Amino acid sequence: MAQKKANAFDPEQNLREIEDKFEMLQVLNEEGEIVNKEMDPGMSDEQLTELMTRMVWTRILDQRSISLNRQGRLGFYAPTAGQEASQLASQYALEKDDFILPGYRDVPQIVFHGLPLEQAFLWSRGHFHGSDVPDGVNIFLPQIIIGAQYIQAAGVALGKQKRGEKSVVITYTGDGGTSQGDFYEGINFAGAFNSPAIFIIQNNQYAISTPRSLQTKAKTLAQKGIAAGIPSVLVDGMDPLAVYAVTQQARERALNGGGPTLIETMCYRYGPHTMAGDDPTRYRTSETDSEWEKRDPLIRFRKYLESKGLWNEEKENEVIERAKEEIKAAIKKADAAPKQKVSDFLNIMYRGEMPENVKEQLDIYTAKESK
Amino acid sequence: MAQMTMIQAITDALRNELKNDENVLVFGEDVGVNGGVFRATEGLQKEFGEDRVFDTPLAESGIGGLAVGLSLQGFRPVPEIQFFGFVYEVMDSISGQLARMSFRSAGHFHAPVTIRSPFGGGVATPEMHADSLEGLMAQQPGLKVVIPSGPYDAKGLLISSIRDEDPVIFLEHMKLYRSFREEVPEEEYTIPLGKADVKKEGTDLSIITYGAMVRESLKAAEELEKEGHSVEVIDLRTVQPLDVETIISSVEKTNRAIVVQEAQRQAGVAANVVAEITERAILSLEAPVLRVAAPDTIYPYAQGENTWLPGAKDIVETAKKVLEF
Repeated sequence: MAQKKANAFDPEQNLREIEDKFEMLQVLNEEGEIVNKEMDPGMSDEQLTELMTRMVWTRILDQRSISLNRQGRLGFYAPTAGQEASQLASQYALEKDDFILPGYRDVPQIVFHGLPLEQAFLWSRGHFHGSDVPDGVNIFLPQIIIGAQYIQAAGVALGKQKRGEKSVVITYTGDGGTSQGDFYEGINFAGAFNSPAIFIIQNNQYAISTPRSLQTKAKTLAQKGIAAGIPSVLVDGMDPLAVYAVTQQARERALNGGGPTLIETMCYRYGPHTMAGDDPTRYRTSETDSEWEKRDPLIRFRKYLESKGLWNEEKENEVIERAKEEIKAAIKKADAAPKQKVSDFLNIMYRGEMPENVKEQLDIYTAKESK
Repeated sequence: MAQMTMIQAITDALRNELKNDENVLVFGEDVGVNGGVFRATEGLQKEFGEDRVFDTPLAESGIGGLAVGLSLQGFRPVPEIQFFGFVYEVMDSISGQLARMSFRSAGHFHAPVTIRSPFGGGVATPEMHADSLEGLMAQQPGLKVVIPSGPYDAKGLLISSIRDEDPVIFLEHMKLYRSFREEVPEEEYTIPLGKADVKKEGTDLSIITYGAMVRESLKAAEELEKEGHSVEVIDLRTVQPLDVETIISSVEKTNRAIVVQEAQRQAGVAANVVAEITERAILSLEAPVLRVAAPDTIYPYAQGENTWLPGAKDIVETAKKVLEF
């Protein structure tokens, strides 16, 4: 009998080596200090101020949305606090021609990409005017089916490639979304076609109640890109500079023919999964909550900007007041939307010729509605 | 006896079967610690352990495939699909795999799997959550499709479904979960699959329906009785297989029928019921059999759903057309 060779090949060692390479990248630490100069994206003062403004604005939007929901004036809402850096710094690295395929929590990005706020509110309320995206706004609707946007992003990216457009696609899912088949298909297809796509996993630690540890045995979610053969990074998702830097780099790579990138942003959702009855105290401890709150993206970015003389309380209050005014105005506009009728739904069913059954029902409902 | 909501009756049935058969496994997204997003599995992981009641990674297709594999290992899986609007992600496991287990293996393998899922509408969910897709399931040979209309039926039908040797799609209407309570025996009982329930007897018109439309039909019947019409209401309880015998004997008595479903009109369960009636009892009919159904659109946005959903008023209107024919 041939003697067994010791450790001729060690798949466990192989795995450990790959996993160990996925260290979390950070530029700005929790104290608002630059800890990685080489990775600092070198944003201008104006850009830094604008990104901070957007983050503060979005935190207010989150607070107001929660209270509007509690008053029964908003409908569906998935809280965003804790994810501002992950959401807004990645979107800020884009240009207007870039296309966003959001998940259901990614409303702030599409608002900053051009969806009027009153439409975002109408989408939340369940009114079709909310989903009637204005021409020239390069977004798809917030995806409800977890992960579906990933494979669709590969399609949009391939389309851009075929048309020779100088722009990219970005899509977002959560930690739970990485368990769906669509996730793997999306990164694999985009890799196979070498398409200009940026895939973001916002790892906010919980898929409703299910902790990240139950989703996969993989040490990081970013490493999943390795199997698809695409560049992959793990980044501090509460650090706006790091998120901006890796997204910008991924965008450049995509535009230069380097294909897709997978980015895992490590973050936390402070609130419940949605406002529809989820109770995080059933599955999280307040100790964990406060651990994460210490890493808050707004706190560290505020400190950083203050140290550069770019931000102060007065400025912040201005943004807060403006956000409140804009939200109020948008709600007022949303309130004025006409009541949806069955005939409206029948009318938007098909772009081409209306089938006979729909025509017949349209006549019946139109007659009823005019009574 | 205890007063229970439908969701409590469902939890009770699951508890009963987890106790009754060690091969019963309950799993899905957030069914463990969280007890499910509607709390259908509340407390079950604590009582039976993570081995029997467990959270899966987030993937409906994964949950379906797992159920197929576990049934090959002799288990009796009771997976939950969080919302039936997500069923398309798991259609291959349901129609392509589970429904074919016995047939493909000449009866060697079988899949005693019960897929539970909240469905229907009227509770202002975000888009793609609510829908009535029972017709899609009923069209697939190899599946049984069960839809309880209240707490008592939910417990008896769920126990029967879990004990069934073949795959069952058990659809729980979201609006019925907590809308009313009923006397539900604490001990176990079964209700046979494929057997309809005559909720109310009458002689002038048969209303054949199921799910959340049973209560709407009873309301409509009350309205019609005030005007002197004697109305029979039949709750199908199982939309596949249909209890043709109960339907036909009712129609032979009343000579007039309408079929009520919350689902869209095109194709679907009501069309099938009408076909059975015309094939088997056309000579008993004094009027065409009409349907009450939702219009042929995608399930609408939350703010528009209440004008879209059929209700008692539509049932009365259609019933009168048939009664006055």
